[in-house]
This record gives sequence, C-alpha cells and structure tokens, in this order.
Amino acid sequence: MKVRIKFSKKGIMKFIGHLDMMRYFQKAFRRSGIDISYSQGFSPHQLISFAAPLGVGLTSRGEYMDIMMGTGTNSRKMAELLNAQMVEGVEILSCRQIEDETKHSNAMAILAAADYEVFFKDPDFFDRDMEMSFRAFMGQSHIPTVRKTKKGQREIDLKNLIYKWDIKDGHIFMRLATGSVDNLKPEFVIETFLQSLGKNAELSALDICRLEMYAKAEDGSFISLEDLGKDIP
Amino acid sequence: MKKLALSDDILLKVEKPARYLGNEFNAVCKDHGQVDIKFAMAFPDVYEIGMSYLGIQIIYDMLNAREDTCCERVYSPWTDLDRIMREKNIPLFALESQAPIKDFDFLGITIQYEMCYTNILQLIDLAQIPMLAKDRTWEHPIVIGGGPCTYNPEPLADFFDIFYIGEGETVYNDLMDVYKQCRREGRSRMEFLEQAARIPGLYIPMFYDVTYKEDGTIASFAPNNPNAALSIKKQVVTDLSHTYYPEKPVVPFIKVTQDRVVLEIQRGCIRGCRFCQAGMVYRPNRERDLEFLKAYAVKMLESTGHEEITLSSLSSSDYSHIEELVTFLLDECQSKKINISLPSLRIDAFSLDVMSKVQDVKKSSLTFAPEAGTQRMRDVINKGLTQEDILGGAMDAFKGGWNRVKLYFMLGLPGETWEDIEGIAALSNDIAALYYTIPKSERPGGGRVDIVTSTSFFVPKPFTPFQWVAQNTNEQFLEKQRFLNGKIKDQLNHKSIKYNWHDVELTQLEGILARGDRRLGPVLLDAYRMGCLYDSWSENFRYDLWMKAFERNHVDPDFYNLRERDLDEILPWDFIDAGVSKAFLKREWEQAQKGVVTPNCRAKCSGCGSKIYQGGVCFEGKN
Repeated sequence: MKVRIKFSKKGIMKFIGHLDMMRYFQKAFRRSGIDISYSQGFSPHQLISFAAPLGVGLTSRGEYMDIMMGTGTNSRKMAELLNAQMVEGVEILSCRQIEDETKHSNAMAILAAADYEVFFKDPDFFDRDMEMSFRAFMGQSHIPTVRKTKKGQREIDLKNLIYKWDIKDGHIFMRLATGSVDNLKPEFVIETFLQSLGKNAELSALDICRLEMYAKAEDGSFISLEDLGKDIP
Repeated sequence: MKKLALSDDILLKVEKPARYLGNEFNAVCKDHGQVDIKFAMAFPDVYEIGMSYLGIQIIYDMLNAREDTCCERVYSPWTDLDRIMREKNIPLFALESQAPIKDFDFLGITIQYEMCYTNILQLIDLAQIPMLAKDRTWEHPIVIGGGPCTYNPEPLADFFDIFYIGEGETVYNDLMDVYKQCRREGRSRMEFLEQAARIPGLYIPMFYDVTYKEDGTIASFAPNNPNAALSIKKQVVTDLSHTYYPEKPVVPFIKVTQDRVVLEIQRGCIRGCRFCQAGMVYRPNRERDLEFLKAYAVKMLESTGHEEITLSSLSSSDYSHIEELVTFLLDECQSKKINISLPSLRIDAFSLDVMSKVQDVKKSSLTFAPEAGTQRMRDVINKGLTQEDILGGAMDAFKGGWNRVKLYFMLGLPGETWEDIEGIAALSNDIAALYYTIPKSERPGGGRVDIVTSTSFFVPKPFTPFQWVAQNTNEQFLEKQRFLNGKIKDQLNHKSIKYNWHDVELTQLEGILARGDRRLGPVLLDAYRMGCLYDSWSENFRYDLWMKAFERNHVDPDFYNLRERDLDEILPWDFIDAGVSKAFLKREWEQAQKGVVTPNCRAKCSGCGSKIYQGGVCFEGKN
C-alpha cells in the first residue's frame, strides 16, 4: 500500500538538512512500529520517497513523502503513532492512501508547484517603497534572468515560473514552479528582485515558509498532493 | 520553542549547524528552575565524535535519573564556530537548554586521548571560566575530569578542580549529594572541595604539592590538606548487570561515528597485553549477564530506531556467552532488517560464519592485530597470537570468500630488532602466499588478494609494564618505517601488499603528554594560546607551535618520552592506586625482557592486585 504523509517542519528544525531529515524519518518509522516495506537485497532499505527537498533555513507547513507499507493503519491512528516519535518542530499532519501504486503517481513525479510565504525579519526593510518596487518588478511582462547551472549559464524568464503572487500584511506570497521539470526557489526570486534594485539580502534576513505542494490536474488547475489521497479507514 | 544560543545568521554560516542545536530524539530537557544541580557533560572533540561515546550516555542517563539534577551535553565547537564565538564574545552553551556553561554547577569533561588536551582548554576558555583552577570562585562551575587519561592527570592538574579516577557509575551520586549539602549550608568552595576529597576516587590536584630533584625527577608528592588521601583508589562497578545503562540513548540528526546502538558486553580484558593501558587499568575483567544484554539490546533498538547494533568491549571473543549473544542478535535483527557490526572478534569458524551472515563478504575485509612481526616480539608484549593462529584464520577466511585482509602492527616496541621489523613484511607476504596456494579456480575475489599492512608507533603508557621504557626518537621511528617499507617491496607478493603508516610527530606529542607531569601545564596553555586546537585532526596539528611552546617555557620534551626511567623513580601517577600493583608491573616488565608470556586471567591468576575489587574474572567459578 502506498501512503502519502504530509508533515510540517518548523522552528530550529529548519537547520536540519534534507538528508538528515531522511535519516530522521527512517529511525522514527522503525520506532513507531508501522509496517513500512523494505527493498530487497543484501542491505534492505525502507521504501520512502520525498516530494522535494527543502533548503536549509526554510520552514514548511506542507512537506510530503510517500512510503510503501505492508498492511496499512487507520489514517488518524498512524498519524498518532508517528507523532509520538517526532521531536519538537516536526508534526505529522496527515497520512493518506494513494491508490495508483506505480512510480508515475509518486509525489516527486507529479509535483508541479509550491506555495511560499516570505517574511523579512526586519519589517522596516520591506517598507512601502520596497513594496511598490516589488509590485513593479512582478508586474513586468517578462523577467529575463540568468541562472547559473552546472553546465554554465542559462537565460530564463522568471515570469513563466511564477504562477501566482501577492503581498499581504507586509509579507510576500508566491506560487512557484517546483519539481523535476521546472524548479524555482523563492529565495532566488527575492535575490533577483533585490539585485534589480542594487541591493542584496542574506538568507538569514528572511523567514521563508513552504505552505503547500501541488500537482497539476488535467484541466490545468492545481491540486494539493494531500488531496490526491484518501483517508485509510 | 526554545531560543537558540546562536543566531540564524551564524547557524546558516557554519558547517553542520545540527552540531549546536540539541533537540535530538531522547534528549532530556529539564526546567533549570526545578533542579538544584546543573551538570554540563563535555566531550572535548567535535559533536560527531563525542556523540559516539557510550560513557557520556551512561552518566547522562544516571544524573538525569535524579530529580534534583539536570545533565546536559556540550561538545567542542568546530574551528569555524570557534572563531565566531571569540569574535562576538558568545559564551559556550549546553545543547539541551542552550544556556551558558558558566551558569552551570559542574563542567564535567571526559578525557579520552592525549591529543584532545588543547580542546579541553578551549571548552573552559569559551565557557568564560578562569583557565586555572586556583583562580576560580563559587561563581564558577566546578571543573571535573574523568576517563582513561586521568590515570595520569598531572599535565592537566592546573586546569581541573577535581579528577574522577575510575568508572562514572560509582561515586557521582555521592559527589552530587555533598555538593547540594554544601550549597544548602552555605559552605565555601574550599570546604566543598575538602569534602569531595574524602570521597574515594576523587583527586583534587590543588591539595597536593610536588617537589623535584635536580635531575628533574620527582622528589616528593604529598598532600597539603588534611582531607586529601595519600593514594587515590580507582573506583569500579563490581556488578555490571545491576547498574545504570541507558535505555533510551540520544538519537543524533547528523551521521555520527557510531551511528548505531552500542552494547557494552564487558569491561576489562583477560589478556594482559603489556603495551595496553586499557587492558591494565580496566581490570578486573567483568562481564554483563547475557539476559541483561539481550533485554537492553531490544530496548535500545526500539527506543532509538537505529538500523545497526554493535558490541563494545576490548576483546569480544573472550566474553563467555558470545555465541549465544550473537545468535540471539542474529535472530532478533534479521527479521527487523537491522545490521550487526562485530568488532574485535577473533577470526575462527564461528566468527566467520556469523560475519558471512551479517556482511557482504565480497565488500568487507577481515582484520588481524598481531601487533608484532615475530613470535619472539609477540611474546615480549604478551600478545598471545601465534603464526599458526594468524595463518589458520586467514586460510579459513579465504575459504569463506574473503580476499581482503587488514593487519595492524606497532613499530618501536621495547627490545625490537631489525628481524622483528622484517617479520612484519614476512608475515604479510606469508598471508598473501597462502592465498595463492588455493587452486586458481577456487580463489575468492577474482584471483587477487589484498593485504593492507598498517603500523603505528608504540607509545609507552602509565600503568603498563612498559611505563619505564624510553620511546623511540622521530629518527628511529622513521628509519624503522623506511626499513620496513623497503622489506615489503622485497617480498615476492609485494604487489598484493599495501603499507600504511602513522604520523610520527603526533606520536611524539602523545608520548610526552601521556607520561608528563605538572610542569607541562604552562606548555599546554601556551600552545593553546598560540592556536593549537584539534591536534588529533592532522590538518590542524601544528608540531612547530608545540615545540615553540616547550622552548618558551624551558621544558625539555625529551625528558618525558625519550628517557628510560629508573624502576625506583617516583612517577607522576604513582599516587593513583589503579588496581594493578607496581610489583606486578615490575614482574611483567622482567618477564617481557625474558620473552616469557603470562597466561590470561581465566587460565591462571597472576596476582596483579585487582582482586581487591571483589568481582569479575578473579572470582569466576568460585562462588
């Protein structure tokens, strides 16, 4: 049975990197006693696949991983069992069954977008003038940007990768292309914006929180990864 | 959520911020307002090394079991954070509460190897505690040291208020009670130290004066306080099956050296290798009950979720119930997809069978530690391993499918001859040759054998039969290494042998500190002030600065490691009663010179003196 787990990562846990989070969950699954499945071979490992790594320094209210299980456990019970094994800062939000057990349905494979919230730690930094500038920056019909890749430099139009944005109570909301095809990091948007003003900001000056992750439905709308599953009775 | 001692800005700049966060699963966080005693337990090396050490886990568990006490952990900040903390004047903090160490009642430091001494000074310095014990007041934590290096604590005497000689489970509770009472009664720090001095096993260095002869050797070592004992008796746990052991070890986020459950099956060793300090000072050999170990293995695997378990002891094969224990673990672990790692097992039919079940034979190697190249030399060091044992084990291993063998030797052992060194090359060659006696079609690993021969340099240690001998000079060590390298190249199978060696300068400093005395205190401080830190990490080791520190303080390092000591000389560590008597050590030294082996404790008691502890192998089969 394939089960999709949604969890949050807050507070000081933002300093724990992706690989260490994987190790953390492997041990937590063992402690919880849930019937997680293992790969075959000489050194079997748990069948876990994460939707998308979260950068060090970012928090999240919508992280996802898919796991394979022998026998399933009731959704609410499973979340309880797992939450008993969490440290402060990590909470299991839901456990839902994904009926399609092929690789094509994996959270990683179908991921298309993610929502982010960006706060400036110094509220005076993002004042009215800055807000105006940001609106103007995002309001352009094209935002040509050079992105450094492993192979060199590549010109991209940020505009194509920003699906939605807003400013609310002094913080920025963005829905960005996320996944293996197109991937845009929120800090890259902010960095590009500030550079256009001749400024720069360290990651530590920002509080960035991932809110949710989505797949793209056939009609082009975004559907949260959680909504693709159903509760286990 | 708790407030961190370091800002986001710093944590995003340093390597592996998880080293400084705490918050691991099973970490114990207590409200400081609800306890009487705050104990910070430190390992003077980086988090990944320190978190792998079982001793701290035991004391952490034991002290936190007290309602009136909280025990928190602290490790050396890595060099990147070290710089930032100095620059921004950030005091060293404990992981759990993130509170400054200077606000704790105790700073306990485990002293596991000589090359961490500058890291000890770093901890005290960054904690913003006065470096020297004599400058501290009741406002400062009590700095207490324990662990193997306290069997000669003298080079560190200036920096510690108390040294704890022996095993942590024994008198810490007494010390906590005395401390609490002294605080409640409004006693002075000095009065507290005087009361602590009356607890067996606790050594308060400032209560002793040392005088020296003209030749630099010790003339007298005597208490200057009526509460201080003439001799400090090592404390040991007599019954290891009814004592503290962590049921819920802390589970680190980042990968640490021992990323697994550690099951300590016994303490001490029955073998009596004459170079081995652990084998002498951890006497008597005491085993834990099989049922105790089974129960703890299950509990710890369940409470941590670790995917591997390992056995800890000096010589696992000597544990009386090793086969039953390993069979139990195999049954228990295979269904749960848990690996078993089995170090220090003698190579025999049983261990090979077990190892073929728990590891991929094609990818793993087998390890032998003959320590010396000839039978004569092995008899001198009392390493009861014969040429037949090694070759027999190697042949069994080849037949079991292994084709990689690691061999460990020492250079610079007492009385070593050129033949003994050449013997290392010959033995390596013999093992390779043995492989090629197997018919071609039956050879494991594609018809090629890999022998990795490693040598370290011998460092004489206190409380061993070799404590009086001179260590080799750098030149002697290097000459022997070159000689051996040449001899290995001369072997018929030299293409199958890879030779690795250790750093010679690190070995010299280890030797100096291991048998040093109080006059090294200023040298240590000076070396630290000049920037020596993380000396055991070769990229940080600055031999030149160390030598400069010796010179500036007019201390001759050769006096400590290159000098043969007289058997009647007062040694800096003579005031410690480590169980093994001086008469026994002298006897063993004489036997060594004659090349006569001493049987192991189980075969015959050699009267080492450890029987007074009323337990372990000394009393096996006698009740």
